[in-house]
Amino acid sequence: MYKVVRKVCLNPSVTMMDIEAPFVAAKAEPGQFIILRVDEEGERIPLTIAGYDREKGTVKIIFQIVGATTQKLNHREEGDYIQDFAGPLGTATHVEGLEKVCIVGGGVGCAIALPITQKLHAMGCEVTSIIGFRSKDLLILEDEFQAASDHLIVMTDDGSYGRQGNVCIPLEEMFANGETFDQVITIGPLIMMKFVVEAVRPTKIPCVVSMNPIMIDGTGMCGGCRLTLDQDGRKVTKFACVDGPDFNGYEVDFEEAVSRGSMYREFERHAYEETCNLYRKEVR
Amino acid sequence: MAGINKSKVKSPMPVQEPQVRAGNFNEVALGYTAETAVDEARRCLNCKDSPCVKGCPVNIPIPEFIGKIKESDFEGAYQVISRSSALPAVCGRVCPQESQCECECVRGKKGDAVGIGRLERFAADWHNQHNTEKPVRPHSNGKRVAVVGSGPSGLTCAGDLARKGYQVTVFEALHTAGGVLVYGIPEFRLPKAIVQKEVDNLKDLGVDIETNMIIGKTLTVDELFEEGYDAVFIGSGAGLPSFMGIPGESYKGVYSANEFLTRSNLMKAYKDQPDTPIMKGGRVAVTGGGNVAMDAARTALRLGADKVYIVYRRSMEELPARKEEVEHAMEEGIEFRLLCNPIEILGYENPQDKKDPKNGFVTGMKCIEMELGEPDDSGRRRPVPIPGSEFLLEVDTVVISIGTSPNPLIKSTTEGLEVNRRGGFVVEESTGATTRKGVYAGGDAVTGSATVISAMGAGKTAARAIDEYLKKLEH
Repeated sequence: MYKVVRKVCLNPSVTMMDIEAPFVAAKAEPGQFIILRVDEEGERIPLTIAGYDREKGTVKIIFQIVGATTQKLNHREEGDYIQDFAGPLGTATHVEGLEKVCIVGGGVGCAIALPITQKLHAMGCEVTSIIGFRSKDLLILEDEFQAASDHLIVMTDDGSYGRQGNVCIPLEEMFANGETFDQVITIGPLIMMKFVVEAVRPTKIPCVVSMNPIMIDGTGMCGGCRLTLDQDGRKVTKFACVDGPDFNGYEVDFEEAVSRGSMYREFERHAYEETCNLYRKEVR
Repeated sequence: MAGINKSKVKSPMPVQEPQVRAGNFNEVALGYTAETAVDEARRCLNCKDSPCVKGCPVNIPIPEFIGKIKESDFEGAYQVISRSSALPAVCGRVCPQESQCECECVRGKKGDAVGIGRLERFAADWHNQHNTEKPVRPHSNGKRVAVVGSGPSGLTCAGDLARKGYQVTVFEALHTAGGVLVYGIPEFRLPKAIVQKEVDNLKDLGVDIETNMIIGKTLTVDELFEEGYDAVFIGSGAGLPSFMGIPGESYKGVYSANEFLTRSNLMKAYKDQPDTPIMKGGRVAVTGGGNVAMDAARTALRLGADKVYIVYRRSMEELPARKEEVEHAMEEGIEFRLLCNPIEILGYENPQDKKDPKNGFVTGMKCIEMELGEPDDSGRRRPVPIPGSEFLLEVDTVVISIGTSPNPLIKSTTEGLEVNRRGGFVVEESTGATTRKGVYAGGDAVTGSATVISAMGAGKTAARAIDEYLKKLEH
C-alpha cells in the first residue's frame, strides 16, 4: 500500500498528489511513468511522473479526472492509501547535449512537461515554454513554468488568459522570425501533438512527442500499448511501455494512435457514470 | 486392496459437461475421488528401473508416491512429491504428462499409461484440503538470494533454496504473485486459489514476496548485490508478444494473447462489472495452435462469443497444443480452421463520417488456404499457400497467439549479461549460470515460450547450482 502524503486540487478537474513510494522516487527521471491501481479490484493505469523528491521518497502525479479510475483516485485524501504503485517505467527523456529547447505542453500534459522543463533549465539549457489550455480556469502550474523557463508563453483557446489561440501559433511565428532550437518537446492531447509535429516539420528540428496509450502491465508483456512508426517508409511496431513513451514525432502514426485510444470509449463512459452515481449515493 | 488393476484404460477424469462449462469459468476437470485414485494407482507396475521418473523434468519418484496412494496414505504421497516439486497441484493440472512421464510408462505400450498427472493432482488437492500443519521453517544459514519473477521457475527456485535455509526474496513486477500461472493460464484450467495456496506455502517457508518491483527498472541486478544478496536468479518470463506483420493488426479488437488473457485472468475482466474492459461476445478468431491459443479461444467462448475459430497454418498433426486441451476445445464447440493462414485483418472505415463510432473496429480476417510441402528445418512439413484460395472470415475480435520474445528490461540495464540472437539469456544448461558471476536464469527468459514444468526444471537446476556456488564461496 502506498500513502497519499499530499493532495492539491489544481483546477476542478485536475488533481496533484504526492505518493509515498521510495523505490520509485529513488530512480524516477523526467519522461518516465508509473502504473497504479487504486484498490484491490481496480484497473492498472499508467500516469507519467510529474515530479519526485528523492529525500522524502515521494513521487508526484498530476491527473485529470476523466474516467472511473481517476475519479476513484480523486476520492483518496491525504493519509489514505492506494493499492499499487509501480515504476519507474519507460525510458527517460534524453536531455544530453541540448542547449536550446522549446517545450510545448497542452492541458494536463503540462504536468508531465514540467519536470523535463525543470531538468533542462537546471542544466543551463535555454528553455522556451509554450503552455496551452482551453480557458483560464483550467490553467495549471504557471508559476512553476515561469521559474523554469527563459521565455514563457501562455495560450488559451478562448482568450480568457494569456494569448488567444492554440500552441502552434506562437511556435509558427517564432519559426517565421528565424528562431531555431536543438529540439522541440511536445506533451499533450494526441491531436495537439500531431499539429505541433506538423508545425515543426518544415524546420527539420527534431521533435519529440510523449505517447500515453492504453496499457495493462507496462513492463513489456501485453503489447496493448503498441503503436506504428514510419521509419523511411518502413512500418515498424513499437511498444510505448519499453521503447517509449518518448518517440520521434515525425515517425508516429497519430491517426492510428487516436483510433486505438478510443477502443473502450463506450465502456469508459459507462464506468464513469456508474462511479459518479456511486459517489453521489455515498454523499446522500 | 493389494494386487494390480489390469484395466487397459486410464480411469476417466470427471469433467464439467461441455455445454455447461462453455458458459462458466469454473475448473473443467473435477479431480479423482479417493476410490478412483486408489484404483488408478493399482495400475502402476512399480517397474524396477522406473522409466517414468526419467521422463519427469524434476524427477519426482513417481512409483514411490503412487505406492503411497495404493496404501491410501495420501498425505504420504504428497510428502514424496513435495520433496521434488514445489508446485504439485499446479503440475498435476498443466504438465504435458503425455509427452513426459506418461509417455515412458510401460502400461502405455498396451493400453493407456497410468494417469500419473491425475494422481499427482489428487495427492496435492488432498493435502491442500486436509492438511492444517504449516511447513517447518528451516534454520536460516544467513545467506540471501534474490529471485526475479514469481512464475513457475522463480517459485520453484525460491522454494528449493528456502528449504535449504537460504533467505529468499522474490521480486514480482505485477501486483499479484504467480506470473503466467496467474495472468496467463485461465481459471478453468488452473484455479487461482490453487496458485495462491502454493504461494502461501512458500511464504510459510519464510520466502518474502515483494510485488510491484520491476527488476531492471525499480532496482537493477547490480543493486540487488549492493543490497546484500549473495546470488540472483532471473525468471522474468516471456516478454513482448510477436505480431504477424500483416496489414490491419492495429485495428481495435486485435489483441495479443498475452493482453487478452491478462485482461481476463489477472484483471478479472470476465466479471459482470469489471474495472478493466475486454471485448466480449461476437465472433472471435485466434491465430496460432499452442496451449496459449487454446486458452485464449476457450476464454473468448466463456466471455460470451457466438463463434470462436482457431486459425492455424499447419494441420492437426503439427498442432503443438496438448491433445487434452484440443479435445476440450472441440467439445466446447470451437471451430478449427486448419491449413489456413491470415493475410490481412480488415476494419470498418466510414469515409463519410470520421466520427462514426464503428470506425477502426475489426470486421474480418482475410485468410489463405495452405497445403503441406517439403519438411523445413524443424522437420515439420512446411505449409505453402494455395494460390487463389483466399477467403474472408467475418470476425469482430482477433487474438494473435504466435509466441513471445524474452522481456528486454533486465538485459538493457545489466552489464555483462549475454543474450542470444532471440534475446534469451545465455546460460550453462547444467547449472543455469549466466555470463555474470552469481547470476542464474531459467524459464521462458532463457528459452522463449515453453512449458510450466520445463521452467520449474530450470528453477530447480539453478537452485542446486546456487547452493553449490554459495557453499564454495564460503571456503
